[in-house]
Amino acid sequence: MSELITAKILKNPKYLQLVKQRDTFAWTLSAIVCVMYFGFILMIAFAPGFLTQPIAADSVIPLGMLIGVGVIVVSCILTGVYVYRANQTFDPIVNEIVREASK
Amino acid sequence: MKIFKIAFFAMLAFASLLTANLALAADVTAAAVAPTTAVAPSVAAVPAAVVAPAEVPVNWHAVVMFLIFVGVTLVITYWAATRTKTATDFYAAGRGITGLQNGMAIAGDYMSAASFLGIAALVYMNGFYGLIFSVGWLVGWPIILFLIAERLRNLGKYTYGDVVSFRLSQGPVRTMAAISSLIVVIWYLIGQAVGAGQLLHTLVPQMSYQLSIVIVGALIITYVTFGGMKATTWVQIIKAGLLLGGATLMAIGVMAHEGFSFAKLFSDAVAAHPKHLDIMKSVVPIGAKANPIESISLGLTLMLGTAGLPHILMRFFTVTDSKAARKSVLYGTCFIGFFYVLTFIIGFGAIVLVANNPAYVANISKSVLDLKGGGSMPAVYLSHALGGDLFLGFIAAVAFATILAVVSGLTLAGASALSHDIYARVIMKGTATEKQEVWVSKMSVIGLGILAIFLGIAFEKQNVAYIVALTFSIAACTNFPILVLSIFWRGLTTRGAVLGGYTGIFGSIGLLLIGPTVWTKVLGMGPAIFPYDFPTFVVLPAVLIVAYIASVTDSSESGKKERAAYDSQMVRAETGLGSEVGASH
Repeated sequence: MSELITAKILKNPKYLQLVKQRDTFAWTLSAIVCVMYFGFILMIAFAPGFLTQPIAADSVIPLGMLIGVGVIVVSCILTGVYVYRANQTFDPIVNEIVREASK
Repeated sequence: MKIFKIAFFAMLAFASLLTANLALAADVTAAAVAPTTAVAPSVAAVPAAVVAPAEVPVNWHAVVMFLIFVGVTLVITYWAATRTKTATDFYAAGRGITGLQNGMAIAGDYMSAASFLGIAALVYMNGFYGLIFSVGWLVGWPIILFLIAERLRNLGKYTYGDVVSFRLSQGPVRTMAAISSLIVVIWYLIGQAVGAGQLLHTLVPQMSYQLSIVIVGALIITYVTFGGMKATTWVQIIKAGLLLGGATLMAIGVMAHEGFSFAKLFSDAVAAHPKHLDIMKSVVPIGAKANPIESISLGLTLMLGTAGLPHILMRFFTVTDSKAARKSVLYGTCFIGFFYVLTFIIGFGAIVLVANNPAYVANISKSVLDLKGGGSMPAVYLSHALGGDLFLGFIAAVAFATILAVVSGLTLAGASALSHDIYARVIMKGTATEKQEVWVSKMSVIGLGILAIFLGIAFEKQNVAYIVALTFSIAACTNFPILVLSIFWRGLTTRGAVLGGYTGIFGSIGLLLIGPTVWTKVLGMGPAIFPYDFPTFVVLPAVLIVAYIASVTDSSESGKKERAAYDSQMVRAETGLGSEVGASH
């Protein structure tokens, strides 16, 4: 990659905006996953009683099991959300930036 | 190339000879034991002491399905070998793998026997506790997607060492990256080899443990040396399909047995398990003391370790572009998540259908849980309880395919660290030709395969329980933080990356050595000096601090250049400009 193109891109406000926007999005999603997962882990560590309570009086299923499966399902959904937004929003901007710089 | 073709056919002939011999030997024994089994179909009738391996009938279904799998994969390897010409073909399947294919291959690379047989076994013994592993081994994936996958594809060529050394000094950084990759790969290989040997030997007792491992090693060397990443990818894709299919069938079988009611499944499990309701409350292994710090450290290790496994990271170089890399994580995550929910059902199903069953339990008067053939068998016996010999044969063949696929990925990752990082960049400093590099890589595959065979045999009687902790700890404490710092932190210099990296490697190994699993259980040295199984909660912060301090205090000229080079690295990472071109379709 020529340094000229790199320099052009670095000066393109669209690039700076893209990086900011995408980083915010990616780190926010990462934070959601971490809060969710470490919330689960911290409950295991410090509040096991909460996780092991049954979901209903006549059930043996503990609440933690639903939460655990929930973390798995939400993680899958969030990866879908990221891919959808990247395809819809970020890719066209990236293509535009590259096109402008290669002119 | 010609010599490889000749060698390939020699290996093929060798493999078929070996399997034919095996089938013959098995045939004889099967005929010999046939009357016995007809009279006493239940093994329970035979006193435990008499159940010598030779008396167990051969599971023909398992052998036949296993041979079909081997045959198909060898044909694929031959096909891949004719299409593997360049280094990019060998390491990265010519960068022609699509998102969906790579998603399947990721699942095939990642869902090891440890997660299939292992999680099912953890659930079988401890109930709820197994879920922590399912969740922890999954949540690394979204993080890989959000932060790593696309940037890795844009920056790297074949190895994760390419990415961390992108703007840093090649020699020291690649050496560090290759060492940590190799440690992870070799220990992971030992775990898989021992698992394969035990599994095969238990299912086909006529075949010794050693022979089982030699067969695994020979197959792996064949796949990877001749077929490179193309063969490895397709072995992983087929295996993922088989494993997902098999696990789905098992889960459906369990649910059908329980009238498709989760309430019934769990209450039956509580009734069947000797610890009863405790299996729903096990936030730590049953019998262990609650330990908050250990739980947190385990959680960190499972999540971040996933994002630092070299054989997993390598998969992202096989796709056409960063868009396909992104897609492949989505598919992979969904397959893996689905699979982990299934293993949980399988584990509880095993409590209901396998525990207390004298056909599977080693000595029922002693324990209703301990199974013949060891701790990893609940899922295997569950398949027998659900679908008899035919289904057992299928699941056994799937478990074996699982190990082969994971070991292929590992071997290729290890070989690429040796050839691409150490040989081509550190020793030859970029002057090696592509041909030489691929040759070194193939030799490394053979070397690693033979090493895996020897270590697998050497570790037969060893307690290998610490291997998961070891590999995931090093991946979580070295590969992951250094990779993230090199991508996201302008300030990282060679000094910071190298010192931080070695802190991660030696810190993890050191603390594991003096921790409870190795110090107390393996070495028998008494109470552990470092009281936690998973050292990540200490080592990871240490790595970050060391990398930070060593980088900010680095006022060298090269350090300044490395920081200045961050901008163009970032442009490439964010836009894909200048990244390795994928194959067009």
